[in-house]
Amino acid sequence: MKDFAALFNAVDQTTKTTVKVAALAEYFTTAAEEDRLWTVALFSGRRPKRAVTTTKLREWASEASGVPLWLFEDSYAIVGDLAETISLVLPPVESEDTGTLTAWINALRGLKDEDDAARKAFVLSAWQQLGGTERFLFNKLITGGFRIGISQTLMTRALSRASGRPEPEMAHRLMGNWDPDDVTWHSLIEAEDASADASRPYPFYLAYALEDGPEALGTPEDWRAEWKWDGIRGQLILRDGDYFVWSRGEELMTDRFPELARAADHLPPGTVLDGELLVWQPGAEFPSSFNALQARIGRKTVPKKLLKEAPVVLHAYDLLEWQGADIRDRPFAERRALLEKAAADLPEDAPVRLSPQHQFTDWSQLATLRDTAREAQAEGLMLKRADSPYLSGRKKGDWWKWKLDPLTIDAVMIYAQSGSGRRANLFTDFTFAVWNGNDLVPFTKAYSGLTDAEFRQITAWVRKNTQQRFGPVRQVTPHHVFEIAFEGIQPSPRHKSGVALRFPRMLRWRKDKPLQEANTLDDLKEMLRIYG
Amino acid sequence: MTREPVLTFTENGIYCPAGDFYIDPWRPVDRALITHGHADHARDGMGSYLATHAALPVMRHRLGEIAIEGIAYGERRQIGGATVSFHPAGHVPGSAQIRVEVGGEVWVASGDYKVIDDGMSEPFEPVRCHHFITESTFGLPVFRWAPQAEVAGQINDWWAGCKAAGKTAFLGAYSLGKAQRLLSMLDPAIGPILTHTAVENTNAVLRVQGITLPETTLVTPDLALKDHPGALVLAPPSALGSQWARRFGPQESAFASGWMALRGVRRRRAGDRGFVISDHADWHGLLWAIRETGAENIYVTHGYTDIFTRYLNDQGWNAQVVPTQFDSDGGDSE
Repeated sequence: MKDFAALFNAVDQTTKTTVKVAALAEYFTTAAEEDRLWTVALFSGRRPKRAVTTTKLREWASEASGVPLWLFEDSYAIVGDLAETISLVLPPVESEDTGTLTAWINALRGLKDEDDAARKAFVLSAWQQLGGTERFLFNKLITGGFRIGISQTLMTRALSRASGRPEPEMAHRLMGNWDPDDVTWHSLIEAEDASADASRPYPFYLAYALEDGPEALGTPEDWRAEWKWDGIRGQLILRDGDYFVWSRGEELMTDRFPELARAADHLPPGTVLDGELLVWQPGAEFPSSFNALQARIGRKTVPKKLLKEAPVVLHAYDLLEWQGADIRDRPFAERRALLEKAAADLPEDAPVRLSPQHQFTDWSQLATLRDTAREAQAEGLMLKRADSPYLSGRKKGDWWKWKLDPLTIDAVMIYAQSGSGRRANLFTDFTFAVWNGNDLVPFTKAYSGLTDAEFRQITAWVRKNTQQRFGPVRQVTPHHVFEIAFEGIQPSPRHKSGVALRFPRMLRWRKDKPLQEANTLDDLKEMLRIYG
Repeated sequence: MTREPVLTFTENGIYCPAGDFYIDPWRPVDRALITHGHADHARDGMGSYLATHAALPVMRHRLGEIAIEGIAYGERRQIGGATVSFHPAGHVPGSAQIRVEVGGEVWVASGDYKVIDDGMSEPFEPVRCHHFITESTFGLPVFRWAPQAEVAGQINDWWAGCKAAGKTAFLGAYSLGKAQRLLSMLDPAIGPILTHTAVENTNAVLRVQGITLPETTLVTPDLALKDHPGALVLAPPSALGSQWARRFGPQESAFASGWMALRGVRRRRAGDRGFVISDHADWHGLLWAIRETGAENIYVTHGYTDIFTRYLNDQGWNAQVVPTQFDSDGGDSE
């Protein structure tokens, strides 16, 4: 545990990626193989099965520290991390020799057959043995979520350096649902035949946003354009007679989309498609809004009724594997031609469709098309270079998302709430309102979009202009106007204003704008009429 | 038979009707008693000021020509119907708690305070009273300060590590108090100490009044970094990551503040490292100070006022939240 804590500190105490990668690569070379394997697992979001509930952890931490439970909970709300809160409220101790990471993980896993009393005794004793970072990490092993500023990219780079193998290969090896119990360091990282689980997806290729127009990209003939759909990016894998659906967050979502099972009737095994999961009513010209999809995402198993009300299709835009061969190195135009061929015989009601490409000869034509994206329930356009390979991760140059400008409205801040975690001592969560006659009607919350300096400034202002407190929420004097940007607007009977926004955020602090000039509820309703 | 309270909380700040004066007022008033020289407590525009002798130089430096009078710690002075005296608060050099007695009832406004001896400020002295006004900047049980020597060890190790790696150590801290406390903790044998003007100005004021600080070199536009290998630069937090900071070449940055106890805040504010050191009391320090006063009535100002007040009430005190305007972002002013 000491080595692992030292690694954690080395990575946590710097903002420089070179230093982080060096510390990781060193650890992946020198630490015991089983500890390395667990480290890769933990940093890629895997964790041992939870042996203790977080409710129990809170109770025990409250008891062991003498801090009343309500005070512990209030502290947790401010710290924003349960593992950290526990390690801070308990009395400090100096760690002795504490055993390896793997030994602690195995001990934790051994608890699953124990009763609560034994679990509690184990956890309390661990808290007494482990000090500082080690105690925090022990708690993290239980609660999960090692967000420590190591992206998959950095870990891949470090593994590549430690193993001497290329980064894209490492990225691919780490994909999918491997479990540290079923693999070894050797089989995961080093073995020549990485014959993985049939469900293993490819790393997604992610586009950067195109900030200015596409003119700088060169000649239109070199590019292909498609809608940028407002759904969930997904990878459909057909191998060995089975099908798997992965989200781009690397979550296996197969069970949530049973209708995709029928894809195997129309496409051969050894096929992997990249596309967008969308709710699309039979015969409809465009997909349903993201809201409809949200109902589906929330359900791990889908009731028949919902399956019928909100049928999902995959709009495929890329082919990554064909006839069992990884074809990501081939030019996009070639992959697309194969995809079109494969999709040619799909019947109308198949759960997979080809995402259409737009014909265009000059950029202005494309710009005109982009302006109509909202009507097609799209967020804008995707531009892909015809000769580009399918890379892994977010890379600049070949793929661009050219999104619509967001909708905006000027609104008045009326409530403020402090953040947690990184924003523990700042007011960052605000409620905004628009005018309805002389009243201000709340219609959205927003948390992001301001700089740290602006958050500090508004925090100082909130403290001086609090009218009333409701628990952690402060009602402030209506004074500041913010330009709120959002991607979509929907009717919502649950909200006082009658609308719900998609991706609301603060675009600008309109210090130039007097309170009375903020927008009105009628303005919002007009937007709902046009874009809802 | 109710009578007027000794201290009341008004729009202008804490007011004593019997003596017709304010403590740390945030609007111009005729007579102000000031706990310490930080900007959120000692403001411009008062008719007259009263502060400890040790607080005067900094206040004059900050506020210019003001009508200010000094008072010794422990000296009792009659102002109208009130007897006042100033007692060490341990926050920064010259900082005080202000004791106000009227007709046998004693109130103490403690301003900002910490209960450990930092080796530079006059150490905190508990003052018995009936009513105690306390801050709660770090009024949560997650805040617990390590001994100063331990933090000094961490900072010096970090500095030596930067030096070994050929990097400048860039340390951000509040210019009045925290910066000088850090100076007293640094090991000058590691390398030269360079200072930002804001820090050096306060250094100069405190040196004149007899506080010993290690040798420092003011960073001027013509200063050549190569003449100061292995240097540590001490600057206000706002200089972290600024254009000004870039002149120091390859560097590691750090921020010294009580907020650095929280990993989230550390990652947002600190650059590379965060050192947990504060001129405010931690959770146990606040509770110890409150117990030592023997007061039954506690008034809680800036910080986690709601939570801290609830806890005090649960523990049997008669506590209430007092709204304040000097509730600034603790990240900088602490």
